[in-house]
Amino acid sequence: MTGAWRLLPLLRAALQRHRLRLLFTIASITVAFLLFGLLGAVRTALTAGVEIAGRDRLIATQKVSIIQPLPRAYLGRVRQISGVRTVSSLTWFGGIYQDPTKQLVVFAVDANYFDLYTKELLVDPLERSRWLADRTGALVGAGIAARYGWHVGDTVPLQSNIYRRRDGAPSWPVHILGLYHSDSVDTNQIFLHYEYFNESVSFGKDAIGWILIQVADPAMGPRIAAEVDATFANSNAETKTSSEKAVAQSFANQIGDIGKILDFVVTAVFFAMLLVTANTMAQSVRERTAEIAVLKTLGFTDASVLVLVLAESLLITGVGAALGLFLATAATSGLGAALRSFLPHFEIPARAYGIAVLYALGLGLAAGVLPARQAMRLEIVRALRAT
Amino acid sequence: MNGPLVEVVALCKEYRRGEEVVPVLAGLDLTIEAGDYVALMGPSGSGKSTLLNLLGGLDRPTSGAIRIGGEDIGALDSDALAAWRGRTIGFVFQLYNLLPVLTAEQNVELPLLLTDLDARERRRRARAALDLVGLGDRARHRPRELSGGQEQRVGIARAIVNDPMLLLCDEPTGDLDRKAGDQVLALFDALNREAGKTIVMVTHDPRAAARAKRILHLEKGVLLREEVQ
Repeated sequence: MTGAWRLLPLLRAALQRHRLRLLFTIASITVAFLLFGLLGAVRTALTAGVEIAGRDRLIATQKVSIIQPLPRAYLGRVRQISGVRTVSSLTWFGGIYQDPTKQLVVFAVDANYFDLYTKELLVDPLERSRWLADRTGALVGAGIAARYGWHVGDTVPLQSNIYRRRDGAPSWPVHILGLYHSDSVDTNQIFLHYEYFNESVSFGKDAIGWILIQVADPAMGPRIAAEVDATFANSNAETKTSSEKAVAQSFANQIGDIGKILDFVVTAVFFAMLLVTANTMAQSVRERTAEIAVLKTLGFTDASVLVLVLAESLLITGVGAALGLFLATAATSGLGAALRSFLPHFEIPARAYGIAVLYALGLGLAAGVLPARQAMRLEIVRALRAT
Repeated sequence: MNGPLVEVVALCKEYRRGEEVVPVLAGLDLTIEAGDYVALMGPSGSGKSTLLNLLGGLDRPTSGAIRIGGEDIGALDSDALAAWRGRTIGFVFQLYNLLPVLTAEQNVELPLLLTDLDARERRRRARAALDLVGLGDRARHRPRELSGGQEQRVGIARAIVNDPMLLLCDEPTGDLDRKAGDQVLALFDALNREAGKTIVMVTHDPRAAARAKRILHLEKGVLLREEVQ
C-alpha cells in the first residue's frame, strides 16, 4: 500500500470538493458530541452522590418513604448493634434565605456528623470546636459562603419552608462559625445543630430524617442493615437500611433511570449522525467515481483508495467530535458556575472524553466502510466508460 | 531491453452480457517497437479502446498474453499491476479527467505521489512537465480556469511527468476544436520525435491518425490492415 502520507494532498482535495456540505456534516457531528458532553455532565451531576458514597456507611430511612421522619430514639438502639462504630442523624430543614426563591440546602445534624465524613468534609479543627461549643452555630460550605458573601462570625437569618419556630419568630438566626471545604461533595450546604433545631421547632419534635451508620467493617454492612431493620420491624416507623451508595442511587433513580435515558438519547443521536455521515461519504464517493478511477489508472492501489476514503470519514468525524467536546467543555465550565447551587458536579467526567474518542472512531469507520469498499472495488474501465 | 516494447500474442477479450458472451478481441497479435507512434482506428465496437485498456493494464484479457518492456502483465496481481502502471504507462484521456479541486501543477504531480521524491522535487518535475507542454504560466490555475486544449495539455503533462515507457492516448483530440487538437497533436509529434516516446493513440480522426508512423485498422476484434507512413 502507498505510504499514507502520500495521500494527504488527495485527502485535502477530497475535503475541498463540497465545502458547504462538509461544513454542515461537521456541524451535525459537532452538535452530537456537544450533546454527548453535556448529557455526560448531567449524568455526573445527578449521580455524583453515588460516586462519593462511602463503603463503610449505611443509611436507615423510613420504610414507607425517605421523606417520612424517624423517631430520634432509634439512634440509641442502633448504637447498641454489634459492629456499629458511629451513629448520627441528618434532617432536612428546607432553608430559605431572604426570599422564597433563594432556597438553600440546609440540614440539621448531630454534633458527631462530621466524624463520618472526615475525608469528604474538611473543616478547620478550631472552627469545628467553636461550632461544637455553640448550639446556634452553623458550618457552611465554602461555595455558598462565597456566593452570598458570608464570613465566619456573620449571623444569617434562615427560614424554613417546612418548619415554624415554637416561639413564633419568623426565622432562625444562625451564627456562621466555620466553613467546610471539599473536592468531592457539594459545598453549597449548611449544617445546623440538631439540638438547636429540635428545641425551637413547633412540630416534629424528636423526629429525625435519616439515620447515618458507620460500621466497623464494610463486610458487616449487609448483616447490620438487616439487624437494624429487624429491630424496628412492626413498629410505627419501620426502617429500610441500605448502603449509602444504594440510597444515593435510589435517590438518583427517583427522577428516572438517568443512565438509560441518557444512553437512549445518545444512541439515537449517534445513529442519526451515522446516517448523515455515511450519506455524505457515499455521495462524495459517488461524485468522485471518475476521479477514483483516474487515481487507480495512475497507479494508486485498491488499498490506497480504501485508506483515502476511510481517512476522509475519520477526519470529518474527528474534527466534529473535537469541536463538539471543546464546546461541551466550555459550556459546562460556563453553565457549571451558574448551576452550582442545583448541580454542583456539572462537569464532563474524564472517561467521557475517552468514550467520545471511541465513538468518533467507530462513527468514522462505520460511516466510511461501505463507500470505501465501493471505491476500492471500483472497476477502472467501467467507471471511465460511465463518464 | 531486447525485442519489441509491446508484444501482444493471441489476445482475446470477451464480455458477458447476462447469458450472452460478446467477443471484442479475437486472437489479436501485435508488436510495437520502442519509439513507434501507432494510431488505432476502426468503427465503434471494433475493439480499439478495449485493446488500449488491456495494453494499459486497466483490464484483464480473457486469454492471450501481453508483454510490455519484457513484463508479462497478465502475471501481475492487482497491486503489482497498479504499481507497474504508475511506473510504465502514461494515460491521456479524451475528457482529460483532471481533478477539479487541484491546480494544474497538483494534477501533474499526482503520479509522482507514488514515488519516493520529496515535495520540492515533485513540484519541480511537475513544473518542468507543464513548461514542456507550454503551460508553465498556468501552474496555479484550476481546470475550470483553463480551455479544453489547455486541460488536455495538462493531461499530457500528467502522463509524461513520470517519464513512462509507453503513452496510451484514448481519443485525445476527440473533445477539442481543430486548433486545440492540432496543438495537442504537435505535442505528440514532439514527444515521439524529440523525446523518443512510444505512443499508441486511439482515434476516429484521420487527420490525427495521419500524424502517426503506423495506422492499425481494427474491425470486429481483429487487425484488418496496417498502413505504414
